[in-house]
Amino acid sequence: MMRKVAIVGAGMTSFVRRALETPKELSYQATKVTLDSCGLTLDDVDCIAHGTAPDAFDGLHQNGEYMVDGCGGWNKPTMRVYVGGGTGIHAVVHGWHHVASGLFDTCLVVCEEKMSSALPHAQAFFLTIFDSITERPLEPNLLWIFALEMNRYMERYGYTKEDMALVAVKNKQNGLKHPASQFSEKVTVEDVVNSEMMAYPVSRLDVSPVSDGAAAVLLASERVARRLTDKPVWIEGVGWSLDTAYWATRDLYYPRYTDTAARMAYDMAGIREPDKEIHVAEPYDPFDYKALHHLEGLQLSPRGKTVELLRDGHFDIDGNLPMCPSGGLLGVGNPIAAAGTMKVCELFWQLRGEAGQRQVPGNPRRGVAQSWGDLMQVSSVVVVGN
Amino acid sequence: MEDTIKVAGGTGLTADDIKSGKIFLTEDSLDCAYAWDTGVAVNRYLAELKQGKIIATRCKKCKRTMLPPRLFCELCFIPCSNWQYVQDTGIVNTFSICHVHWDATRIGKDEKPHLPAVIEIDGASEGMGIMHLLGEVDPEEIKIGMQVKAVWKPEAERTGSIIDIKYFKPL
Ligand SMILES: [Zn+2]
Repeated sequence: MMRKVAIVGAGMTSFVRRALETPKELSYQATKVTLDSCGLTLDDVDCIAHGTAPDAFDGLHQNGEYMVDGCGGWNKPTMRVYVGGGTGIHAVVHGWHHVASGLFDTCLVVCEEKMSSALPHAQAFFLTIFDSITERPLEPNLLWIFALEMNRYMERYGYTKEDMALVAVKNKQNGLKHPASQFSEKVTVEDVVNSEMMAYPVSRLDVSPVSDGAAAVLLASERVARRLTDKPVWIEGVGWSLDTAYWATRDLYYPRYTDTAARMAYDMAGIREPDKEIHVAEPYDPFDYKALHHLEGLQLSPRGKTVELLRDGHFDIDGNLPMCPSGGLLGVGNPIAAAGTMKVCELFWQLRGEAGQRQVPGNPRRGVAQSWGDLMQVSSVVVVGN
Repeated sequence: MEDTIKVAGGTGLTADDIKSGKIFLTEDSLDCAYAWDTGVAVNRYLAELKQGKIIATRCKKCKRTMLPPRLFCELCFIPCSNWQYVQDTGIVNTFSICHVHWDATRIGKDEKPHLPAVIEIDGASEGMGIMHLLGEVDPEEIKIGMQVKAVWKPEAERTGSIIDIKYFKPL
């Protein structure tokens, strides 16, 4: 019998292009502020679920072990998960298992990424994601797969670059109100469309930035959660899925991995009509088109109708289904693993009415967060409610 | 409304912080070398590419003709024992025009943009694409759905590699 699991605390560092702090120090800062947020100390933490994406960013093999002290993992049951960009939410799912199983009453979930150490650019270290024999001799780069997917997605539904740019504009606008955001400037559709063409159809401002940062949440069993807070946010459903690594044989216009993961999470949460029952959504948005692509996979928007809804304000903060009120990766920053956890932090704050200037009106009671990674093939989904 | 979000740390550095010597750096670089065995199925794929042919495997259960060839069908989870030649022509499923190198440095002024594409190979099952490059085409002219054909390296230059096909050009 699975036990109920609540989020009782959340915290994060600022997301910055290049941080003074080491990965261990960033982990400590996010961990400490999360413990403080719910009045706990490390002695109250039973176990740690932590995440950081490629070791190659840091040039530290087994980076999870290196991070352990910063996560409060010293001499505690500590386990790292890693599914590329999916890590930040997958680690929350992982932590959920620890508490839902009955094995632990509290679990600290900490995700960290420091991308700035890698020279000349963190993107270089994604080269090794491609098949070593059938793809690497073509000298691919990471941008290719996103560009190929974005082009296929736009072509399928007749979406334009201007349509996609609307997401970057909206998310970056939301992010201006996030106290941890890396950005301070508003952008327009023209700015996005006219920004440097990197890999058609991907322009520079279609893409989230390279960032350093960490984020954490504290999970607790019902018994502990009720003692700690009168506003627990319950994890009502979790889901995850990995699609085939033969990525060129999937039709890239639709994220099947997100569909599968979302249905698993909705089933667990007893949700039948996600577009009506979800009040706030944090789909993974490392690229502007990805937010829309994922909304379709999450069953929050009919395929091919998403731009129409976007243009109608459906996904605005005061729309029917606010999307990325945090600002998302485009608006807050994208320290890979930490970015997903930041989305869960946002839902925690939104459902408790603590999101300040970004607060979604109407007391949202249920939210979904999703992250995506590996060879464009994994989705991790968490449904939360109060 | 009060913003009660908990944020701590994450101190942004500027280039000047480093240039001025305020922040110390340590540096290292890794030079990793690998030699990958090509495996049971892909080894045959490469051997056929060296002969100027594309070969696929076929699953007797789901009837998919698959590229790249596989030892086993990942859907049916049974061995793929049938080999089948496919054409060296196909359809562009999607493409990009890339102005950035693998390490995010920009391509030079006299360098042509890279033209990666997913190409659905004729004779393989529908949607069975491979990643490759396009060539002998004005980037502005590339369209999804365009028919293309492999341009092979001269036989003497082929090494048993996916780049024995130089690129695909419009038919
Ligand atoms: Zn099969």
